[in-house]
Amino acid sequence: MSTSVEAPAIPGMPAGKVGVWWFLASEIMMFGGLIASYMVFRLGSSGWHEASAHVSVALGAVNTLILLTSSLTVVQAFAAAERENAPALRLFLGLTILGGLGFLGIKAIEYTTEIRAGFTPGAGIFWSFYYTMTGLHALHVLAGIVLNAILFLAARVRTPRRVELAGLYWHFVDVVWIFLFPLLYLS
Amino acid sequence: MLNWMQWLPENVSTFGGDVDGVIRTIWYVTVAWFFITLGTLAAFLILYRRRAGRRAAYVKGERLREAAWVLVPVVVVVILDLWLDLLGAPVWAKVKIERPATDLTIQVTGKQFEWEVLYPGPDGKFGTADDRQLLDELHVPVGKPVHIIFKAKDVIHSFFLPNFRLKQDMVPGRTIEGWFEATKPGKYELPCAELCGFGHSGMKGWLYVHPPAEYEQWVKEQWPLA
Amino acid sequence: MNQARAGTITAEAVEHHAARGFWRTYVFSTDHKMIAKQYLTLGLAWTFVGGLLAAVMRWQLAWPDTAVPGWGEIGPEVYNMLVTMHGTIMVFFVAMPILLGAFGNFLIPLMIGTRDMAFPRLNMLSVWTFALASLVLFVSFFVPGGAASAGWTGYPPLSARPAYTGVNWGLNLWILAQALEFAAFLMGGVNYLTTAIILRAPGMTFLRVPMVVWQQITAAALFLLSVGPLIAGAVMLLLDRTIGTSFYAPEVGGDPLLWQHLFWFFGHPEVYVVLLPALGAVLEVLPVFSRKPLFGYRWIVGATIVAGGLSFIVWAHHMFISGMDPRLAMPFSITTILISVPFAYIVFAMIATLWRGSIRFATPMLFALGFLAMFIMGGLTGIFNGSAPSDIYVSRTYFVVAHFHYTLFSAVFFGGFAGFYFWFPKMFGRILSEPLGKLHFWLTLVFFNVTFFPLHHIGLAGMVRRIANPLQYEALVPYQWINVVSTVGTFCMVATQLVFALNVVWSLVAGRRAPTNPWEANTLEWAAPSPPPHLNWGPALPTVYCGPYEYSLPEAREDYLPQNLDPARAR
Repeated sequence: MSTSVEAPAIPGMPAGKVGVWWFLASEIMMFGGLIASYMVFRLGSSGWHEASAHVSVALGAVNTLILLTSSLTVVQAFAAAERENAPALRLFLGLTILGGLGFLGIKAIEYTTEIRAGFTPGAGIFWSFYYTMTGLHALHVLAGIVLNAILFLAARVRTPRRVELAGLYWHFVDVVWIFLFPLLYLS
Repeated sequence: MLNWMQWLPENVSTFGGDVDGVIRTIWYVTVAWFFITLGTLAAFLILYRRRAGRRAAYVKGERLREAAWVLVPVVVVVILDLWLDLLGAPVWAKVKIERPATDLTIQVTGKQFEWEVLYPGPDGKFGTADDRQLLDELHVPVGKPVHIIFKAKDVIHSFFLPNFRLKQDMVPGRTIEGWFEATKPGKYELPCAELCGFGHSGMKGWLYVHPPAEYEQWVKEQWPLA
Repeated sequence: MNQARAGTITAEAVEHHAARGFWRTYVFSTDHKMIAKQYLTLGLAWTFVGGLLAAVMRWQLAWPDTAVPGWGEIGPEVYNMLVTMHGTIMVFFVAMPILLGAFGNFLIPLMIGTRDMAFPRLNMLSVWTFALASLVLFVSFFVPGGAASAGWTGYPPLSARPAYTGVNWGLNLWILAQALEFAAFLMGGVNYLTTAIILRAPGMTFLRVPMVVWQQITAAALFLLSVGPLIAGAVMLLLDRTIGTSFYAPEVGGDPLLWQHLFWFFGHPEVYVVLLPALGAVLEVLPVFSRKPLFGYRWIVGATIVAGGLSFIVWAHHMFISGMDPRLAMPFSITTILISVPFAYIVFAMIATLWRGSIRFATPMLFALGFLAMFIMGGLTGIFNGSAPSDIYVSRTYFVVAHFHYTLFSAVFFGGFAGFYFWFPKMFGRILSEPLGKLHFWLTLVFFNVTFFPLHHIGLAGMVRRIANPLQYEALVPYQWINVVSTVGTFCMVATQLVFALNVVWSLVAGRRAPTNPWEANTLEWAAPSPPPHLNWGPALPTVYCGPYEYSLPEAREDYLPQNLDPARAR
């Protein structure tokens, strides 16, 4: 039997990062389950074209742009934290939060318009998926906003790790949207 | 209690024997494994119980020579398991995928808490005036394949004929097809096998298998003008 | 919390941490050992409820439509609720908190030689979330319409429209309670995996990590990766019930089978999430009481990971006759048969561990052996279910009930008791009574078999599941005696647990104090005091020199070699 004393716990791998990646793995499975269900349903039946024509591609595209930009700003926020530049950190976190709020605002407009037009969640299987997928995603955006807001208020340049982790989560939320947009708006 | 096969109800279906054959083969294999493994376990417990002056052997089981003692039985398990699958595939296909041609089709719809049985009548088409609906009873002739269309009105039900070794879930929104052929006249219980609400317990019907003459008589009674 | 990561701390810091008052020590604790005990307490409380429900069910089955003493008559609606809640409680509120929550939390940091989990506050949040889930589920019994009654599997459309069951808030709360339970164990899973990956003590390589840790983290990974689709499905079910979406409603384009796919995609890995921690406990006990290395440690690790991976591609063996495309049956039959391979390896390796050992039959060992025997039985009957044509007949009958009780009960109870009796001295600093333990084992083993063995037979005779009155079926009337036998077995088995309860309470209060290493075992938790203090180790963390199963080394003086013992001193 070997009796070496030096042993690795994995150097350079902070606890928070490992934890957040496992958490994201479970989230990927959840959204993956929803998306897979949507795709199987869609491939198996007809008539979705008609329903999905009523979502606003323009607003969806704007939201996509907003989220992509906010992913950029959150990366800048992390860079600012690493450089110990508190004002820059605040600025970029603030922009990210504004992006998130903008996204939610536009979603609110979309939902209101659609519901007014009679497209409620009970209006058909497409709409069931639309509201559930974008709604669950929006809740995740909200959680991300809260997270970023906490970091904004703390503005702790001495813990760039936390900004990095929040950024990781934010990127995930963005990536989920990158899947939802074409599936729900463009097909 | 020792011969599990004796607990299966009487089989009166053409493919029931095939299903029973698979069950019986699995039973032989599993009983053999049961006695071999538990026998070995018991033997080791007796042989290697703690005794003064005797130390356990330091065997890690990681070198191939040692691991082989376990790997070889595992390979046997794999081979047996794959063989069981090969044995089962044609039986599954016979019951669930293929269907012999026949002119007798019956539609059974499960609903809370009874079987709605629909005969197409002499014209052979559903949805016409000569359709006949019965509740909780099916009538079929012996020795003739019967094509069943399974539907459900509200929740999932399951059509279970123990004496035929046939079971099929019925799902609202789906039309599922199956078949069976009876080999012996008689009266056979038809319980619902999927939890369908508070009336699930006791939800059952009866399948009446008639000798040919008796079946003709029954048909004449149902459709006197035909 | 930084102490969890720092290797060396001062003695003053240990003392400061320890003196924290009642609330911080027992209620709002971040100490993994206290959290483990909180999970254990909640799990044991639910065992009482789940067992009670089963006893009432079995009364109704043996003597239908007679009044249950202390309860009254059970109608079919109440029966469906009993069946549903028994299953839900046993899987999610007994098995998981005890096997994962309690054992995982207590053992992982101790076994890898660290002070606490990587995220102690998240750990506290997880047990509080579980407590909240428990509250929600408990409340669901008392809302108008009663608790959920669509089976623990909750198939729609029955579960999707309140009108079909007559249960409204009970089912909504059922979904909510499970969502909270999932959240609790997601937090726990993240913690276990991160801790095992980054907080191992110096010298503790992955291949020197005890089996318990491997099994716990594999179970955690399985749970993390499989629960997502069910969360999606559960959200869909809740929305179908409350705001009228149509995921499972075929009249509006939905499909009831979607739920089954999502449920079982999780459901199959879930049974391994329950099994693996129990297997870990048994794999830990067998070498200690055979005084022999675990046979094929690395192969077992490999087999566990392979089984975990395969568990994601077998799910539709729960759906052979569900109405899904019948051509899917044979592929899933094949994957199902393949998953028996790694488990066959592990079972054979366990038996091989006994070969040429020096076996002591202490209570933990008895339960471990009981697990082995009963699990073999359960695994074998699984083959009848996994072969599609055979499953045409046995599915939805009591044969399946017998199969999963032989596997799950042996995991949760035989495996769980093996672990409990083994680690009780470490957890509570007291020794349990051996004679009472042995009595508990033998009575449980006998009555378990009296209860469940005949269910195979009555299943083969055609008794379907979830029926409140077997006498309604002509074919079953001659076999009613089996139901009576099974019920009597149930009552005796439940009564036997009083022996266990007595043993635990008495030992906690007046039992002999436990030494540090009463079983002469190798793993690191036995190097800490019984019970370990807050932050587990003194000023310095242990250093690890060898693997966990170095028993009966030919050249060593003792027949065991603790992992933190410098081998130069063993000669």
